[in-house]
Amino acid sequence: MPGFAANKVENILDEGIEKGGAKLDNKQIEDVIKSVLDTETGERLKIYVDTCVHCGLCSDACHHFLSMGRDPKYSPAGKVKRTLGEIFRKKGKVSPEFIKSASIIASTECNVCRRCSMYCPFGIDVAYMMKVVRRICHKLGVTALYIQDTAHSHSVTMNQMWVKEDEWVDTLQWQEEEAQAEFPKLRIPLEKEGAEIMYSVIAPEPKFQAQLIYQAAIIMNTAGIDWTMPATPGWDNSDMAMYTGDFEIMGRLKRSHFDTAARLKVKKIVMGECGHAFRSVYDVGNRWLGWKRPPVPIIHALEFYYDLLKAGKIKIREKYKKSVTLHDPCNVIRGGGLADKSRYVVNALCDNFIEMHPNREHNYCCNAGGGVINCGPPFKNKRMVSNKVKADQLIATGAEVLLSPCHNCYSGLEDIIGHYKINMEIKFISDIIYEVMEKPA
Amino acid sequence: MCGISCWDWNIGKRLVADISSWEDKFNWIEELHASPDGERIAAIVNIDEAEFSVCVNGETWENIFDKIWFLRFSPDGRLTAIVSEDGEWTLAVDGIPWENRFDYVWNTLFNKSGTDIAVAIQQDAKYSMALNGVPWENSFDNMTSMTLSHDGTKTAASVQVLPHKEGEIFKFQEGIYTAAAGGIAWDKNFINVWNMSFSPDSNKLAAEVRSSLYDYTIAVNGKPWDQIFGCVWEPLFDPSGTSVTAPVKIGEKWTLAEDGKVLWDSKFVQLWRHKYSYDGTKIAAVVAPRFGKWTIAVNDKPWGITFEDFVCDPVFSPNNKKIAAIAKNSDKWVVAVDGKEWENNFDMVWDPVFSPDSEHLAVKVEKNGKYTIAIDDKLWGNECDAVWEPIFNQAGDSILIKTIENNKYYRYIIPVNEIV
Repeated sequence: MPGFAANKVENILDEGIEKGGAKLDNKQIEDVIKSVLDTETGERLKIYVDTCVHCGLCSDACHHFLSMGRDPKYSPAGKVKRTLGEIFRKKGKVSPEFIKSASIIASTECNVCRRCSMYCPFGIDVAYMMKVVRRICHKLGVTALYIQDTAHSHSVTMNQMWVKEDEWVDTLQWQEEEAQAEFPKLRIPLEKEGAEIMYSVIAPEPKFQAQLIYQAAIIMNTAGIDWTMPATPGWDNSDMAMYTGDFEIMGRLKRSHFDTAARLKVKKIVMGECGHAFRSVYDVGNRWLGWKRPPVPIIHALEFYYDLLKAGKIKIREKYKKSVTLHDPCNVIRGGGLADKSRYVVNALCDNFIEMHPNREHNYCCNAGGGVINCGPPFKNKRMVSNKVKADQLIATGAEVLLSPCHNCYSGLEDIIGHYKINMEIKFISDIIYEVMEKPA
Repeated sequence: MCGISCWDWNIGKRLVADISSWEDKFNWIEELHASPDGERIAAIVNIDEAEFSVCVNGETWENIFDKIWFLRFSPDGRLTAIVSEDGEWTLAVDGIPWENRFDYVWNTLFNKSGTDIAVAIQQDAKYSMALNGVPWENSFDNMTSMTLSHDGTKTAASVQVLPHKEGEIFKFQEGIYTAAAGGIAWDKNFINVWNMSFSPDSNKLAAEVRSSLYDYTIAVNGKPWDQIFGCVWEPLFDPSGTSVTAPVKIGEKWTLAEDGKVLWDSKFVQLWRHKYSYDGTKIAAVVAPRFGKWTIAVNDKPWGITFEDFVCDPVFSPNNKKIAAIAKNSDKWVVAVDGKEWENNFDMVWDPVFSPDSEHLAVKVEKNGKYTIAIDDKLWGNECDAVWEPIFNQAGDSILIKTIENNKYYRYIIPVNEIV
């Protein structure tokens, strides 16, 4: 049903996009497009564009297409046609209005989740193509206000939420003190050179989810982990600059993160339950800097929990009783291959695990990732409408609790649950571990 | 002060402190820190709820604090810690707090000789630095990239000089940040100001700046280079203080620039962490000649060997003739000198230390959960629970090694030829 819910998703005005677009002229647009296409992309993009036969197999892979009345313009190929397709057809001679539209398509109608690439007979990476569009929009200064502000925060503070340096350390000390009320000798060791593990998080944790740092400290202490957290910038592993197309700031962030780990002489970084940051550290950001792989090994919390449970370093007092289902975040499951380990963890913690369908690398996106939720309130309603398929998927499980081992997924799914009035709680895996683990007397 | 020549360099092993005897006295003992001369071992200790002190060789500081963190010896052997009393923070030096108190204190910095100590401070939600306890006269809405000059006379940081609320992206893009030296802000604003360094005489300050979302360059005392680059990394003054060099990105490749002009002919996938020899005749930098391949380049010429993952700062020998760096291949760390890799590899290696005569190179290393020292690719036979980075005597024929073995802290002076 083309045009479905169009009244809720079109004609959205974003100050960043509108004001940015108002500054553009056609010559500038043409020059930037030429520069990006000539110097930053290569045969990869050309082959993708030339190879697509518009077979439409990518369409049913996309939650936007499925949720928006199967309107072809929301299919992955449709979104490429509406953005890069026009750019190529017009040889870069596109208008400011077109750039504004392309920015909205690339940043709010595609989560760069790469599900469609699995269904493309040629393996065309539509996410890469959308990121090229975002890069062009960044170079033209036409980016949604909220995520641009996040990129600015990254550039100043090296974290995504304007957390100042003293606020970060103070929060860690506050959480240590809180946790000492439960475990009097518990520590969050700061700047411990030579520790085995550096634990890194994303800025929402100190900003408004400090209990996650508390829980991590309990888990680390209970498991007897030799760990540390930095007292300097470099503690935040997140990276919205990767999604705005500001690759220079992305590289600066990743350098700061890995340099901090190297300075602390740790063997490994363990990161909290965040998906996009995982993509940034193991794939995109590290490679922009010239590292083929992360220069300091880094593992996602899911893998860390798996290792702890498998080694018996965390023991389960009593399994979680409520029925749970698991959302597979694109960056750690499709991108990071942790489907089996996440199921091992959930089954070790919970009595009643109900798979959602489709699942694992075929799971539907949360519609928050890829920087979409970070485009902020102007696009929230659109984000809800264009992921009805996710709501249907959640409802079909009948589970009482939804587990989401990714911050962006968590926030997006929390919105979906609220919008569609689904009777379901949402939790991180660490919430469950904290609840069911044996803790020191 | 006579420095290391005054230390006890008599050959032998000496028990300085039995750490196990501390354990009954305190609820917990935090990380141990050894003084540069090895004569003292110290740790933050918890005495009771919200009661902390510092234990040095078994004796606690007279003062008790609500909270203590970041215990560090200065290079000249003073023991510093960030301490809190009644909700106020300051720095304590050898147990004596600075007179000035602040709402928060962090990021202790020492100059090379240790004569001067700087910290970042926050007071009433305004940010500045304090040098030897004296805060800047000006304070700012935000502050990052704090630094202290080589001679310890000047502090500097990137500071926010105009008000800004979250979400004001266009105001931010007009430039609300600059650098401040000694609290005096440059008169030109930028979008961002990052890593900075002082000239040897502390009169000039160079910093990475971003003048638009896309334009990067180096600014010296507030004046940007005429040339704009795709990205830049940390600038350095040459030892004479007459020119500034920095890694710059041109197109998709990196090279080294001097005062805005390209200095090196080679282009690299990456170039950073450049360092001058003491006499200023050589520049060494970490470079990636190809994607995923890392090495050291000296005066534009990369070493023949490359490493897979990481190469740390190059270190020049005192005679300027040798360069050492530690590097990582997969999960093993190695030491390389002048393009040749040691045969031994390790689970972790600390920064290389040349002897004053440049004849020997020593490193602290970790292997199989134990720590020791390696000199010139030869391992000291003692495997310890902890060691500190070694220090050569002035003649370069003896080495000071500080260890923890079975919860006892020892100070060793060993002839170098006993290891090599």
